[in-house]
Amino acid sequence: MLDAGTDGYVTEDGRKIGGVLMEMKNITLRFGGVEAIKDISFDIREGEIRAIIGPNGAGKSSMLNVISGFYVPQEGEVWFRGQRRPQMKPFQVAAQGIARTFQNIALFEGMSVLDNIMTGRLTQMKSGLAAQTVWLGKAQREEVANRARVERVIDFLEIQHIRKTPVARLPYGLKKRVELARALAAEPMLLLLDEPMAGMNVEEKEDMSRFILDVNDEFGTTIALIEHDMGVVMDLSDRVVVMDYGKKIGDGTPDEVRNNQDVIDAYLGVSHD
Amino acid sequence: MPDQLLFAMEVTLNGLMAGVLYALVALGFVLIFKASGIFNYAQGVMALFAALTLVGIMDGQVPFAHLINAIFGTDVHHFGWNVPAILAIALTLGVMVLLAILVERLVLRHLVNQPDIILFMATIGLAYFMEGFGDIMWGSDIKKLDVGLPQGISETVESATDAIFGYGFFIDRLDMVATVIAALLVIGLTLFSQYTKQGRALRAVADDHQAALSVGISLRFIWVLVWSIAGFVALVAGMMWGAKSGVQFSLSLIALKALPVLMLGGFTSIPGAIVGGLIIGVGEKLFEFTIGPMVGGATENWFAYVLALAFLVFRPQGLFGDRIIERV
Ligand SMILES: Nc1ncnc2c1ncn2[C@@H]1O[C@H](COP(=O)(O)OP(=O)(O)OP(=O)(O)O)[C@@H](O)[C@H]1O
Ligand SMILES: [Mg+2]
Repeated sequence: MLDAGTDGYVTEDGRKIGGVLMEMKNITLRFGGVEAIKDISFDIREGEIRAIIGPNGAGKSSMLNVISGFYVPQEGEVWFRGQRRPQMKPFQVAAQGIARTFQNIALFEGMSVLDNIMTGRLTQMKSGLAAQTVWLGKAQREEVANRARVERVIDFLEIQHIRKTPVARLPYGLKKRVELARALAAEPMLLLLDEPMAGMNVEEKEDMSRFILDVNDEFGTTIALIEHDMGVVMDLSDRVVVMDYGKKIGDGTPDEVRNNQDVIDAYLGVSHD
Repeated sequence: MPDQLLFAMEVTLNGLMAGVLYALVALGFVLIFKASGIFNYAQGVMALFAALTLVGIMDGQVPFAHLINAIFGTDVHHFGWNVPAILAIALTLGVMVLLAILVERLVLRHLVNQPDIILFMATIGLAYFMEGFGDIMWGSDIKKLDVGLPQGISETVESATDAIFGYGFFIDRLDMVATVIAALLVIGLTLFSQYTKQGRALRAVADDHQAALSVGISLRFIWVLVWSIAGFVALVAGMMWGAKSGVQFSLSLIALKALPVLMLGGFTSIPGAIVGGLIIGVGEKLFEFTIGPMVGGATENWFAYVLALAFLVFRPQGLFGDRIIERV
C-alpha cells in the first residue's frame, strides 16, 4: 500500500504526489427523489491522476459536475487548496483553475479548431475592452501569451493539421482531442475528464492515454477522470474511487480496488439488497 | 434606356434603403436570439423607447413630467436647455445599458432554464411595460427628431443620374446616411465579435451554453452585454426611423416588419438579417410599383408577409439559417 500521508506519496513509477488539492466532504446530491450521490468523501492530490469508476448511472458524471460547479449538492463541503469553497457558478470554478471536458463533447461547432482552443484562454485574459480595441500594451502582450500557449497545446496534442478546420466536420475521436486542447489552453491546475476515451477505437484510446500521461507529466496538471475501460484505468491512474448507485464502494490504488470484493460484486452485477 | 426600367431601378434603390432599416431591427432580434435563444418581442418597442429617450434628452424634457405635475400640482415640462445630439446619443446609450442590466436582474435571472415560450411571454410583458413606461416618462405626443442628419432629396444623385441616364433618381439623403451608418454598425459588430475577448465569449455562448460555462464565461454578463448591444442597435434603428417619420407609437410596429425579414433570413444569421431586410425592402417597393396599381395599391402592408410565407414553405430554416435535421 502506498503511503498517503498528509504530505503526499511516491507512486510505483517514482512520481511524487503532493498534498491534498481538492477534497469532497460528505457530498449528497439529489434530483427530486433520486439520490445521485450519497454522502461521498474523497480527495484529489496535487499531481495525481485520480480515476472515478463505476457502472452506468453510478453518479460519476454528477460528481464531476459538482466539482465543476454545474450541480450544487444539497449537503457536503467542497475544499479546494486548503479552503472551503463557497457555492460557485461554473464560470467562477473555471476562473479558479479547474477545466473540464464533457461526456457528450461540448464544443463550439460553428468555430474552427483554433477558435475553440482560443476560448479556453478566456479565463486568462484580463485586459479591458478599451485596451483591446486600441490594442494597447497589456492587451497585446496578453494576446502574444495566449497564442504561445495555444500553439504549444496544438503541437502537444498533434492537431496542427486541423487547426483551421470547422469543428463540426471533425470525426468523433478528433473532437474529443480538441475538447481536451481547449481545456488545456486554460493552463488548469485541475483537469476533469468525463470519459475521454468513450467511443474510440483501440488506436485512438492509446493516443489519448499517452496524451493524458504526458499532460500530467509535462504540465504537472492534476487530473480526475471518469473511464469505463478497466484496462485503461488500471494503466493510467494512481488512485481510484469506485461508485455504485450513488455510494462510494471503494477507494485506493488500482490493485486495491481490483481486489475489493464490493467492487467485484458491483461489476459482476450481484444484486443489491 | 426605356423609362420603365429606369423607374424600376430607382424603386429598387429606394427599396434597398428601406430594407436597411428592416435589417437593423431584425439584427437586434438575431443578436439576442443567438446568444440566449430568446425571441425578444420587445425589440421594436426598444427602438421606440430609445428614440423617445433621445428626443427627450435633446429637448431637455423633464422625465415623468405628467406624473410629477399630477402629484405635486406643479407645472414643469422642460429644463430649459438643449443637449447636443452627440451627448444625447451617448446618454441614451447609457439608458439602454441600464435597461439591459435591469432586464437581466429583474426578468432573465429568475427565468433561467424555463422553457423558451415562458421567456418569450416575458418579453411580451416587457414590451407592453416599456411602451407604457416610455409614455409616462416622455409623453405620448408625436415628436420631431432632428439629430442633424441631412434630409431631403439628394441633388448630387439627381444630377449625376440625370447626366448618365437622362433621368434624375430621387434618393433621400437620410436613406443614404442610414445605409452608411448601418454598414458601419455591422462592420463594427463583426470586428467586435471576431477580435475582442467579449466578442469571442459572445460567440461561444451563442454556439453552446454548456461549453461556454466550462471555459469560464458568465452567462449573466453575456446577457447584459447582448441586451446592451441590442439596445444600441435599437437606438440606431429608432434614430433613423424617427428622423424619417417622427417619433411616435407606430415606430414600435416596425418590429412586425422584422418578422418576415427573420423568416427569410433565418433567426440565427446576421448576414441573413441583412440580406433578408434588403430583399423585403426591394421586394415590397418593386411589387407596389409593378403590381400595386392593378390591385389598388397599399400592397406594402402585406407583401412582406406573403413573401415570407411562400419562403417558409420551401426553406423553413431561412436563407442562411442552420439546416434543421431532426435527430432520430
Ligand atoms: N440533470 C439531472 N437531472 C435529473 N437526474 C439526473 C441528472 N443528472 C444525473 N441524473 C441522475 O443521476 C444518476 C447518476 O447519473 P450520472 O450521469 O452521474 O451517472 P454516471 O455514473 O455518469 O453514468 P454513465 O456511466 O452512464 O455516464 C442517474 O440516475 C441519472 O439519471
Ligand atoms: Mg457519466
